[in-house]
Amino acid sequence: MTRASAALAVLAIVLIALPAMVGNYALSVVTLILYFAYTGQAWNVMMGFAGQLSLGHALYVGVGAYAAGGLFFHYGAGPWAGLWLAMLLCVALGLVIGFLAFRFGVSGVYFALLTIAFAEFTRVGFDHLDWLGGPGGMFLRVAQRDTWDILNFRGPPLMYYYAILFLCGAALALCNLLLKSKAGYYWQAIRENEEAAQALGINTFRWKMLAVAISSAMTSVSGVFFAFYYNNLFPEQIFHISRSIEIILGPIIGGVGTLFGPILGAAVLTLLSDGITEGLAAMGWEIPGIKQVFYGVVLLAVIMFLPNGIWPFIARKLKL
Amino acid sequence: MSFDLVANVVVAGVLTGLVYGLMALGLSVIFGVVRVVNFAHGEMMTIAMYAATVLFASLGLDPFLCILPAALAFFVFGYLLQAGLINPFITRPEHSQFMLLVAVAIIMVNALLMVFGPSARSIQVDYQLESFELGKVLVDKARFFAALAAVVTAGLLFSFFKFSLMGKAIRACADNHLGALVVGLDVKKLYALTFGLGSVCVAVAGCAMVLLVDVTPPLGPAYTLLAFVIVIVGGLGSMPGALLGGVLIGVSEALAGLFVAPSAKSMFSFGLLILILLLRPQGLLGKKA
Repeated sequence: MTRASAALAVLAIVLIALPAMVGNYALSVVTLILYFAYTGQAWNVMMGFAGQLSLGHALYVGVGAYAAGGLFFHYGAGPWAGLWLAMLLCVALGLVIGFLAFRFGVSGVYFALLTIAFAEFTRVGFDHLDWLGGPGGMFLRVAQRDTWDILNFRGPPLMYYYAILFLCGAALALCNLLLKSKAGYYWQAIRENEEAAQALGINTFRWKMLAVAISSAMTSVSGVFFAFYYNNLFPEQIFHISRSIEIILGPIIGGVGTLFGPILGAAVLTLLSDGITEGLAAMGWEIPGIKQVFYGVVLLAVIMFLPNGIWPFIARKLKL
Repeated sequence: MSFDLVANVVVAGVLTGLVYGLMALGLSVIFGVVRVVNFAHGEMMTIAMYAATVLFASLGLDPFLCILPAALAFFVFGYLLQAGLINPFITRPEHSQFMLLVAVAIIMVNALLMVFGPSARSIQVDYQLESFELGKVLVDKARFFAALAAVVTAGLLFSFFKFSLMGKAIRACADNHLGALVVGLDVKKLYALTFGLGSVCVAVAGCAMVLLVDVTPPLGPAYTLLAFVIVIVGGLGSMPGALLGGVLIGVSEALAGLFVAPSAKSMFSFGLLILILLLRPQGLLGKKA
């Protein structure tokens, strides 16, 4: 057993046992961390593995959330049906965007801006879609907080915690598998030098499309989780570019293209943001905006001094 | 719906669009030379707008008189931002540059929120209510002067790049980075100058825009997106393209507001952006890479 897998096993045991040790507030913070870790992992498949910079991943979260949320809201269908619809829609969307971009040779900065454009287009579109609540939002029937209703995914916070923990573990295993598969090696070849990869006979279009499909399917699941965990959906919030940025901050801060970067980055950023809130409240400095200024400064420092992210730095220090 | 109404709306759209165009021109110049997308562009624009409201409130300075001090301050700010923060990042991958400027943008928006609070600020001057009559078309005076300031600034910038030695040197950097280094140009200094000039565009556009809309901190990210849309439609790196893109977006926003719903206007802009990216990715006036 290597040091890395031993450390991972310890982390897994701690996380599984965590609810017995901490209160509801801490559990909600860890749930949030895991949510960002999972979503960051999904984004990382596209950017970290295949080198396609998406700045519009909130699109898949939003469409996933509205697909499952809408089915539940209008027809009372639980998320197990909604999950498939969400994945189907998001994969279809991702493939359309990917097809258009890759076929028309939109790459680099232009690809990133195209993904923003689709997300923003959809955001304004949902604002005018009254069937799904429009700008006033869609509110799901609030959960019975004491019983575990697995069929409708309604229950106490503990249930959501274990659900997102499971998703994180599954995503980690899937990404590990992908990185070591043929696709993973092809993606890395495309990421490092697309023309060289093409010259070696790799059908770069097909493999990039696969990365987009997997990434959008994974991200749609975080949308479904989001809908049933928070119970309310507003286009202005879920599709907004700041949500897309939030999704990708974790993996970039943690380490793009690494397996543990998204997890570490999510933990660092969420704890940092919470820590700043607590610290400022303790000092009585509760001016709107001050928290985000601190957050921005720390972000700036990390990106300046640890350009490859925190995880590669720590992994080197710990010899993992 | 009468023809007069449409004509009025189109004229207003063109004039506002010219100011948008100047803002986008700054982004386009910076990208064209430095090859870094300034994700804090709209945030800088709102800083200029707030600066104009402060100068107006404290000294009673007309926004058009604010243009000169604001442009100077922004030039220095842009120069320092590029020289201090962005130059070390020009060889880093795109997502790294993106993160850097997003961090700068987050700090700017929230610093504005801290200082000015969330409520909207505006400037009231007497000529805002006056207008010229051209036949049946009414042209707002403030809007006309704002567009005039934008056109004059853009004209000065064009001639700087076209005729001055330094402007030619900057264009040389943009055309051939290695060649510029070989002939002994101080590329990093020219990059900083370019960022300074791009910031001047933003300063002028901000001072002009503050007469047309109320300013709030969240306007920054919205303007960043708007500037992206405009430069891509016009052609990223093309100077006339930025102005043309600005006018097109200004008119399409105005017409969408009239015929569909004001809240749906950005949907048309983004729809146009998607079409352009797919059919003519270099933009209307851009050159093929």
